Parts: sequence; C-alpha cells; structure tokens
Amino acid sequence: MSNQNSIQDMNKTNELVRITNLTKKYKNKAALSNINLILEPGHIVGLLGPNGSGKTTLIKILAGALNDFDGAVTVNGKSVGPESKALVSYLPDSAYFSPWMCPLDMIALFKDFYSDFDEHKCLEMLRRLGLNEKQRIKTMSKGMIEKFQLCLVMSRNAMLYILDEPIGGVDPAARDFILDTILTNYNEDATIFLSTHLISDVERIFDTVIFLREGEIVLQGNIDNIRAEEGKSIDQLFREVFKC
Amino acid sequence: MTNQFQSNMPIYLQLVNNFKHRIVSGELKAGSKLESVRELAISFEVNPNTMQRALAELERDGLVYADRTVGRFITDNKELIIKMREAVAQEIIGQFIQQMRSLGFSEREAMELFHKALEKEDSGNEQSK
Repeated sequence: MSNQNSIQDMNKTNELVRITNLTKKYKNKAALSNINLILEPGHIVGLLGPNGSGKTTLIKILAGALNDFDGAVTVNGKSVGPESKALVSYLPDSAYFSPWMCPLDMIALFKDFYSDFDEHKCLEMLRRLGLNEKQRIKTMSKGMIEKFQLCLVMSRNAMLYILDEPIGGVDPAARDFILDTILTNYNEDATIFLSTHLISDVERIFDTVIFLREGEIVLQGNIDNIRAEEGKSIDQLFREVFKC
Repeated sequence: MTNQFQSNMPIYLQLVNNFKHRIVSGELKAGSKLESVRELAISFEVNPNTMQRALAELERDGLVYADRTVGRFITDNKELIIKMREAVAQEIIGQFIQQMRSLGFSEREAMELFHKALEKEDSGNEQSK
C-alpha cells in the first residue's frame, strides 16, 4: 500500500453504517427493539435470524424503504433518505419488475436512476450467468429473475450493498455461481449486508455475522472467532440458538 | 472447492493447513508467486478478509513472504519447507497414535496393523498397475 493510500485510510471515518437505538413498531408489536450497530467498510456481513425476527424490517430501514421508526440510522454520516440511497444498492426480497420488461429495459432504467451504474459490467454479468438480455421477465423462471436482479444490484458502484435473501430461490449450483458473482464484483472498500437462512451455503463468504431474534441483536462477531470459541460452524450455532 | 470446510474449526485455519500441505508436498513450488488475495478468495469461495488472515498466518510461519510492490511468494527457504514437512507428518502420526490408543490398541498391535495395512496397500497398488 502506498503512503498516500494509508493517509486516506486514516482519514476514512471507518464507520459506514451507524444505527443508534433503533426501534420499529407495527401497531403495538415491536419488530425491532433498541438496535445498535456499527458497520465498517470492507466487510461481508451476514444478517441471520429465523422468520419474523426483523431481518427484512432492518434491511428496509437501512435501504431507506421504510422511514417511520424511532432512533437514528446513518450511512456514511448521512441520515437514511434520498442522499443515502445514492450510496446504497438494494436487493429487495421480492422482484419489482413489470412482467413485460426485458433486462435491457431495466438496464436503461438503472442507467437513468443511478449515476454509479455500470451498464457494461451488467451486460457482461448477464452473459456469464447465461441470461438473455432480450428475454421478457414474464417468461423467466424464479431463479433467472433472482440472478438478473443480482446482476443489476451488483453492477452499481455503491458503498453499501444490501441483499435481502439473494439466494433463496435458486438451486445449489446456481447458488455457488451467485456467491462467486458477489465475491467477484464487489469493491473491497464497500460493505455487503446480506440476509439469508441458507447459512451453511454462504457462511464462508461472511467475515461478520449478526444473529437477530425477536427484533434484538443476540450475537455479533467475526465468524472465525465465533467458530474458534464455539468449536462449531455458524450454521450449527444458529440451529442451537434458535432451536424451536 | 465447494464445501470442503469442516464445521468445527475456523475457516482461516483450514486455509492455512491447505496451503501448508500444498507447500510441503511441492504442489506449490518454492519461490513461486501467489495469486492476489482477491483471486484466492474467489477460487476458494471465501471472504477476502478470511483469506487475508490465512496469508498473514502463513507469513508469520515464514512459509509465505510479501513483497510490498510485487505481491506474495512461497518461501524459497528449502530447509524450512523440509522442517515443516516433517512437522506436518509428526502431526498426522500423533493423531494416529492418539486414536489407536483411544481404541485400546497396544503399541505392538498398532504397529502390526499399520504394517499389514501397508502391505495390503502395496499389493493393491501392484494389482492396479
């Protein structure tokens, strides 16, 4: 690393996301209670928890898709909102494409919407994943749509990638391909925040994991430190912590 | 390279062992250049920070050294590699002894079984030729 780089490193706030006392209620039920979390740049963070633990709520708030909550949430020092959205590439848990569209239509939209979108990279990724850029969304399988969505999201040059269940609907072979796509295409100064319940398939690409239970963070740490302390994989630990 | 990791051990340590094994067996040639952290992370499908930690550990052991501008290399210290090779062998033998003991075999019984297995393996290899 050159001197200039190390000076830049020192000036970096080293705090990409800061969540302070975040609480979110739906009617009277708390979906998230008093969450405090700091994420640094350059990590792949797994957000793990059983169904209904608040994963998608937390992700939506961080992505700026839900804004009635208590507490403070900032991305790169900016409160979540239009400004933070420019820094965040978000993969929602369900596709939002119109069925008549083809990938080229969406690519044109993304080009208009996001100045950090790399069209060339997206087309290359599509081809590598065996997708046809002119095929209509309505004729695509669930797995193809997931792959395409991931291509769009990973083709932005963002500081924070938020992926809500990116591998839920694809077969194990495609899963490996998607993990590979994530590893290959993210910039090392960015952070990926990824929720999943297929832990054993993806835990190797995380360096940090967060366990969420009933809206609270119950465990957070480096995966190899956890594996060393517990003598078991994150998947095994998850099964114990969340045993029904 | 998928799913070759054991669940009861940190991933970075398993990467260290993988490299160690390939260095002492000569699969990775002494003095040869390693791929970048990123490329290695992709080919092992692991987190780049985890790969970084494994390489730092190998550097501490002296099996890998980093040149600031050019990248990382396997050590060209042949003596160290030979020593490390013996250490790896000792470790495997130690595990063998421990497991045979826990099964209740005496030293002599264990040796007999060991020799028998070797003979069987040798004749098996002969036949397959």
